[in-house]
Amino acid sequence: MRTLIFRTVAPYLSSLMVLFSVFVLLRGHNEPGGGFIGGLIAASAFAIYGIACGVSPVRRALYFHPMGISGAGLLMASVAGLLSVFSGVPFMTGLWLYVPIFREELALSTVLLFDVGVYFVVVGAITSIALALEEREGD
Amino acid sequence: MTDAATLVDWAVQLSLALLCLSFAVTVYRVIRGPTLPDRILALDMLVATAIGFIAVIGIKTGYTLYVDIAIALGLVGFLATVAFSRFILARGPVQGDDGGVETAREGNSANE
Repeated sequence: MRTLIFRTVAPYLSSLMVLFSVFVLLRGHNEPGGGFIGGLIAASAFAIYGIACGVSPVRRALYFHPMGISGAGLLMASVAGLLSVFSGVPFMTGLWLYVPIFREELALSTVLLFDVGVYFVVVGAITSIALALEEREGD
Repeated sequence: MTDAATLVDWAVQLSLALLCLSFAVTVYRVIRGPTLPDRILALDMLVATAIGFIAVIGIKTGYTLYVDIAIALGLVGFLATVAFSRFILARGPVQGDDGGVETAREGNSANE
């Protein structure tokens, strides 16, 4: 859209939305949130950026093809499930790894990996749909 | 202590009443609004009123998790307004006082 105000605000707004989506994704383990809703918020950010500045800046900013992001996320989620094979526990059992950092304990788990994978799947798929719709409407 | 508590309680009640009034007036604008942009702005205003409700309920119950929902609603509601206005821009200047025959016919021809 040829709107100066919107075009000026949109990059800041979309970066804020992506930041908030990462916050929602990482908080999702203990409180409401998670990969799916975080991915939806990030996809809305890319949709706003695409409406404001056009499709090709979004594709350049994403660097990877949206379906590539989606596929990578699916791979991450599957690997998170498959890692439990090496510990001899059933498929998709959560494995935890406590890393001491700055006198605190950072809890890493395959659950987190799975959630990040879901995030990438949702971001890639919804952004791909939104950009395709936007491209078609542009002409 | 009780003084402040009663003040907050009164403020919450008053703001809930005002928000209800604002909601009703905005709904009236959605139903009655002469043109499509009026209705879209009214929907945006409904989202803003909902954010206000969430904030007041969060203060009333002390459940601060609602504030994050308000943030998400604010970010996503803006997207809805932007998408609607883009739809208006793409549809072109159709002057119809209400969603009458002319508007419907124009919409059909635009789809084909």
